[in-house]
Amino acid sequence: MSPVIQGILTIIIGVGGCVGYFYFSNMLLDKVIFPARGPNTGRNINRANQVRPWLFLFPAMFALGLYLAYPVVGSFWRSMFDRSGANFIGLGNYVALFAEGSFRTAVLNNLLWVLFVPAMATFLGLLVAQLTDRLSWGNIAKSLIFMPMAISFVGASLIWKFVYSANPDIGIINSIRDSMGMTVLDPLQIRFWNNFLLMFILVWIQTGFAMVILSAALRGIPEETIEAAIIDGANPFQVFFKIKVPQIMGTIVVVWTTITILVLKVFDIVYTMTGGNFGTHILPSYMMTYMFRDDGRATAVAFVIMLLVLPVMIWNIRQARNEMR
Amino acid sequence: MDNIAGQNKGGKLAVNITVIILVLLWLLPTIGLFVSSFRDRDQISNSGWWQAPFAVDLNFRARVAADDARQEGDIFVLEGNVFADPSLSARFPDAEGVVAAYGTRAVAPDEFAPGEVSELRTGGTVVVNRDGTYRVESPEEIARGPTLYFEARTPPRFTLANYETVLRADGMDRAFINTLTVTIPATIIPILIAAFAAYALAWMDFPGRGLLIAAVVGLLVVPLQLALVPLLSLHTNIGIGQSFLGIWLAHTGFGLPLAVYLLRNYMVGLPRDIIESAKVDGATDFQIFVRIILPLSFPALASFAIFQFLWTWNDLLVAKVFLPSGAESQVMTVKIADDLLGSRGGDWGILATAAFVSIAVPLVVFFTMQRYLVRGLLAGSVK
Repeated sequence: MSPVIQGILTIIIGVGGCVGYFYFSNMLLDKVIFPARGPNTGRNINRANQVRPWLFLFPAMFALGLYLAYPVVGSFWRSMFDRSGANFIGLGNYVALFAEGSFRTAVLNNLLWVLFVPAMATFLGLLVAQLTDRLSWGNIAKSLIFMPMAISFVGASLIWKFVYSANPDIGIINSIRDSMGMTVLDPLQIRFWNNFLLMFILVWIQTGFAMVILSAALRGIPEETIEAAIIDGANPFQVFFKIKVPQIMGTIVVVWTTITILVLKVFDIVYTMTGGNFGTHILPSYMMTYMFRDDGRATAVAFVIMLLVLPVMIWNIRQARNEMR
Repeated sequence: MDNIAGQNKGGKLAVNITVIILVLLWLLPTIGLFVSSFRDRDQISNSGWWQAPFAVDLNFRARVAADDARQEGDIFVLEGNVFADPSLSARFPDAEGVVAAYGTRAVAPDEFAPGEVSELRTGGTVVVNRDGTYRVESPEEIARGPTLYFEARTPPRFTLANYETVLRADGMDRAFINTLTVTIPATIIPILIAAFAAYALAWMDFPGRGLLIAAVVGLLVVPLQLALVPLLSLHTNIGIGQSFLGIWLAHTGFGLPLAVYLLRNYMVGLPRDIIESAKVDGATDFQIFVRIILPLSFPALASFAIFQFLWTWNDLLVAKVFLPSGAESQVMTVKIADDLLGSRGGDWGILATAAFVSIAVPLVVFFTMQRYLVRGLLAGSVK
C-alpha cells in the first residue's frame, strides 16, 4: 500500500476513532447506562456526571501513563539487567558506566551544556527583547531571530556545519582565518572548546524562544515604576537591572528551566555534527551508542538523565500547585 | 551602552546597529545554506557562498583529440580550442571563455600565462591563447593529444540541478512523503484527545483533579529517552514493532503533556458565565464542549497544532527508534543525518539542498502562523 494512502487512511481511522469514542461513549452513558428518564432521573444524571470526567480523561490518561509514566519504572527495571535482558545484575550497569572514561566525559559535557546554554540563551533573549522594544522595525527583527525555532536540530546542525567547515572555501570561520594569514583548522576537532561550538547551535535556536516570552514580560511591567525611577535620577542601566529585571524574575526562571529541560533531551546536534567524537558526547547522544545493542546500558544512561531532570520536575510541580491556590 | 532605555539620538543609533549585527549573525548561516543549495559542486568547493554573486576562477581539464593533426613542412601541428571540449559544453555552451592561465600537468594547472609557449613532456611545444585556441607543435607524428589544464574566469551560475538530484534521484521525495505521513496523524490525534482531557481538568468537578494536573505538569519534563527501550519492546511484543502506527502512538503519547497543559491553561481562562448559563439551559458537558469550548479555544488549539507539527516534523530521535531503518520508511531528518551525511559527507551542494528541502515546510508554517505560535507560548509560560 502506498504510504500516501496509508497515511490518509490512518488519519481517517485515527481521527474518526477518537471522535467516535467520545461521541458514542457519551451517548452510551446518557441513553443506556444512566438514562435521564424514568423513576431515577435525578440520580441517574448525577451518576452520569460523576462518570463523565473519566470518559473524557481516559484516552489521555492511558496514553500518558503508558508512554511517560510507565517508562520511568520500566526503564529503571530494564537497567538492572545485562545485555541479554535475562540476567539480573542489580546496579551493575551503573557501576560499569561510571568506570568508563567516555561516560564521565559525557556527564561533564552535559553539565557544561546545562550551565551554558540556558544562561546564554536567556541572556541573549533578554538583551534582544530589551533592544528591540522601541525599534520601529523591532517586530521584523524579532521574527528573524525567532526563526531558527522552526528549523529542525538536524537542519540547524547542517547549517552550522557550513559555518564550522575546515575548508576555507566553505566555512566562514576558516575563510576569515585564511584571509588573515592564520592556519586553517577544523574547529570541531579542538577538544573542550568544540563543545561550545555545538552548544552555540542550540543557543542560536533557543534565543528566539527566550526573547518572545521575556519581551512579553517586559511589556507587562507597569510604566509608573519605570517613570518613578527615571524621575529619581536612575540611569538606563539602573532602570534595567534594578527595576525591570527584578520584576520579571519569575518569567526569567521559567524560561531558564524550560531551556534546561530541553538541553537534557537534545541529542540530534551532537549526533549530526560530530557523532560524539573528539570528546563531545553528552548523555542523550551517549545513550544512542548503546541503543539497539545493549538495552541494559542504554536504559541506565536514560535513568541518569531522569535523575538530572528530577529537581526541575519537583520545582515545576511545586510552582504549578502554588499557582492553583 | 548607556542607551538601554533608548532616549538620546546617539543611543538610538547604537541600538539600531547592535540589533542589525545580531539579526545578521542569526540570519547569515541560513542564507549561506540557501545560496549554497543553488550552486553547483565545482563552485561550492572553489569559492565561498559569500562570493557566489561574483565571477570566480575555476580549473578545468580539456582532452585534445589527435584527429585533426596535420603536417606543416617538417613538423606536425594540432590546433583547436580548449573550450570546445565536449565535457565542458555544459559550462561553456558557446565554446567561448577567457583563459587566465594554463598548464600541462594536473598539479600545476596555472603554470603558464596565456600565449606563453611551453614544452610538452612527450616532446614538442604547446601554446594556449587567451581565447582558448591552442597550437601543439611536434617533430614527430602526433598519435595522442595531450591533456591541457587551464584556469578560466567563470561567471556566477545558479542552478536547480541540486534540487533535481535531491528530489528525484536521492529518495528525498519518498522521505518527504514519509515525513508527512508521520506528521499529520501525529498532530491531529493528540489535539483531540488532549482537548477532551483539558476540558475535564478545567471545568468538571471530580475527586483527584488537582493530583492529575500535578501529574501532567510533572510528566512535561520526563525525558523521552526513558521511553525508548521499554516501549520499543512493548511495541514488538504486541505486534506493532517498528512501524508508522508505532510512531503515531509514540508521538501522541509524548505530545500529550504539553497539549493538556496548554489547553487547560487556556480553557480555565474562559468566562464561567457562558458555561454556567449553557448548563442551566440543559446542555450536557459533551454539547458544551463541542459547541462552546472547542470554537472558543481555537487560538490555543492552533498554537498547539503548530507546536506539535513542528516537533514531529523536526524529530530525529523518535523516528530513529520507532520507525524501521529501511529507505521506504525513512523520514527526512533520518535520511539526512544517517544517509546523506554518511555517503555524501563531502557533497556540500546536495547536503545544503536536502537540508533546505527539509526546513522549507516548517519555515512556511512558522512565518504564516507565527501569531498563534507566540500566543500559545505565552499562554503556557507566563501568568
